[in-house]
Amino acid sequence: MNKKLYALTAIFSEPNDIIRAAEKVSSSGYKNFDVNTPYPVHGMDPAMKLKPSKLGYFTITIGLFFASLFTYFIYWVQTLDYGQVIGGKPMFAWPTYVPILFEVAILTGAVLTVKIMIGFFFKFPNNSHPIHDSEYAKITSSDGFGILIESDDPKFDEDEINSMFAELGSKKINKIYFDESEINHKNNPFDYRFIIGLFIIAGITSATVYFNMNVLMYMTPFNWMAEQERGDVFESSDYASFSKLGMTMREPVEGTVARGFMPYTFGKFEKEEAGKALVNPYAADSTNLELGKRKFLTYCSSCHGDNGLGKSRLKGLYPPGPDLTMDLYKGYNDGILYHIITKGGAIMPAHESQITRKERWAIVNYIRIIQNNITAVEEEDTDTEDDDMWGDDEDSEDSDDDMWGDEGDEEDE
Amino acid sequence: MNTKEIISNYTRKEFPESIGKYGNIFLIIGALLSILAFFVDSERATYSSLIGFMFLISIGMGAMFFIALEYITGVVWSVPFRRITEFMTNLLWIAPIFAIPTLLNILYGGHMYHWVHPGEDVILLAKSAYLNEAWFVVRTASILIIVFIFKLYMISNSRKQDTDKDQKYTKRNIIASAPFLAVFAFGISIIAIDFMMSLEPHWFSTIYGVYYFAGTFTASIAVLTLFSVTLNEKGLLIDGITTDHYYSLGGFMFAFTTFWMYIAFSQFMLIWYANMPEETFWFIPRLEGAWGFATLSLLFIKFIIPFGLLINRNSKINPKRLKLASYWLIAAHFYDLYWLIYPTYSKQLSEHGNNFSIFNFWMEISIAVLIIGIILTVMKSSAKNVNLVPVGDPKLERGLNFHI
Repeated sequence: MNKKLYALTAIFSEPNDIIRAAEKVSSSGYKNFDVNTPYPVHGMDPAMKLKPSKLGYFTITIGLFFASLFTYFIYWVQTLDYGQVIGGKPMFAWPTYVPILFEVAILTGAVLTVKIMIGFFFKFPNNSHPIHDSEYAKITSSDGFGILIESDDPKFDEDEINSMFAELGSKKINKIYFDESEINHKNNPFDYRFIIGLFIIAGITSATVYFNMNVLMYMTPFNWMAEQERGDVFESSDYASFSKLGMTMREPVEGTVARGFMPYTFGKFEKEEAGKALVNPYAADSTNLELGKRKFLTYCSSCHGDNGLGKSRLKGLYPPGPDLTMDLYKGYNDGILYHIITKGGAIMPAHESQITRKERWAIVNYIRIIQNNITAVEEEDTDTEDDDMWGDDEDSEDSDDDMWGDEGDEEDE
Repeated sequence: MNTKEIISNYTRKEFPESIGKYGNIFLIIGALLSILAFFVDSERATYSSLIGFMFLISIGMGAMFFIALEYITGVVWSVPFRRITEFMTNLLWIAPIFAIPTLLNILYGGHMYHWVHPGEDVILLAKSAYLNEAWFVVRTASILIIVFIFKLYMISNSRKQDTDKDQKYTKRNIIASAPFLAVFAFGISIIAIDFMMSLEPHWFSTIYGVYYFAGTFTASIAVLTLFSVTLNEKGLLIDGITTDHYYSLGGFMFAFTTFWMYIAFSQFMLIWYANMPEETFWFIPRLEGAWGFATLSLLFIKFIIPFGLLINRNSKINPKRLKLASYWLIAAHFYDLYWLIYPTYSKQLSEHGNNFSIFNFWMEISIAVLIIGIILTVMKSSAKNVNLVPVGDPKLERGLNFHI
């Protein structure tokens, strides 16, 4: 064993002595020395002439960095990726994020500071230090106050240090030796023992998890959560052994039509065919138009505007819908409009699943009314141009009046 | 010289003359302007005297709280400054004078608090068991009287200790501190709720008392820091006060600046999130129009700037920056009280068809000047014939040997 001198150590029994010793050692010009005490001793920093720690700047930088990253992440999730209006709040509702961001800053700052300390200063995965397993470490971690001067200090001189320690009144002056190969040992991550150890840990973890989740939870008295024993009953989510497809319920025969329901047979791009085949079965009477208006304001107006003029309220979050009063759309017959609502347009999503057939035809009727009243609507629309993004009810009330063709009325506004 | 000799060789020093001189100047100017304000616009002057009352209660009650805290927790580092804290409690004698305009307004049926005229208002009628004129005056008076009893008892104990250095006075004060802290907790919440929250009697916030307490303690620690650092720089206190003591004062200011923000934000966020009309209507006038800028600047004045001023370790031990932060926090507390009271006043004015006049801001400035004058004069006059350091306190030696 190649033993090398690490340091000279001295043990004191009083906290005041260790402060005096630290003052003496630091003022004698030693640089590589350290103090080990069982608990933090007040006044040690100035005695050792330690500079104020810069750790705080480091931690706050990490914390603020991750907090801003998370701010962007929340912004991205809540507005760009999957914007949702929750509780009538703006999409980016910053006050609610403040506690979260604060805690993110604390968590990342603290955890990363410790991790970097372990990796950078403790040279992980190396985990040895010369004072480990020495008498000195045992005493200073229970009831003694120790000081050590390392042998690589430029002023290191054994006799001088011994006499200084004796002069300071130390009872125990010792030397610490260390094994160089042990301290500077580089751990090999591909060492077979390490690999086997990893496998053993993985095995134990998996076995424990499997046992807990699949065995223990089904044993009395841990089986509160489990399904009760019901004999030979098929679980709804199980595969059925008796069916060819493995399903307990079978798919209907291809081409089956539900009673009283005609399927819509036109594909997305069969607009012209739909236009020829479909006839509007509903007359534009007042109840039908009332329904159409209500559904239009619910489903269409967000992109096409309250009056169908393409004034989207989404402020660029989704491309605005086109002006429905353009000649192109006036030229479409009812069937084509119905088809577009059902199957969607270029970027317009299909509304087959959320609007019933009757309502779709009612919307078509309502769009016709809008198209025939452009002038009235347009004038009114310029009046209310600066309205806030959610439009306002007055506006739609008025367009209601216009809808009946009473074009003289809107000047009152 | 070791600490024991320093304490036994202590000789009393006077407060600097300049404090009394400036105090008198500020006092006279402030008093004249404030009295003038009552002739120009008595309603607004009443509101500004309310700020003055709440501010002086802050400093005085905060100082009492700090003394009680010191006794009950056995703190040693603040013992060398305890006399300054004791002088600050004398501001409680002056504070009731500032409450007189408000109380007169209530008793003579003024429009400052609408619960004085509940009319047909169901909510105000339901609250009238608590919010009525007689009970209001009784509450205020009894809180102040109880606090005065504790103040006189605890401070006379501390004074007597200077001569005979007996430990029994410390023990007595420790016993008195515990009930005082309970009185303080109730008293300061009740004063905050009565005088400020009931300006808007339909509104309620359960955290309001804590909010006011956070500002109170920040401001009184700032006054304590300002006087301690100034006197110590002139060598008027005692040898042995180090940067570690400064650091503790600075740390307290920093901690309570953050605590104030925590409480203020909690109050805001819960109301904002719940979005209930009976709660949000207090914030709406504060967030709209010009008051919106006032609210935003409150965030900077009361939190971001002092936080930046005090976050660094060096700034907590550097006397210059510590004094700057104290001045700032004192002014910030004044501004905080202004923000609590004035938007309500402005709203009430606009309900009666009048506009809030920005040109009469000199009324609030005059109250601020008067308060500065009062603080300086009271400190100066209460320091007469009293040791500036509690030399008889058995904890003083450990207090001077304090290390972080």
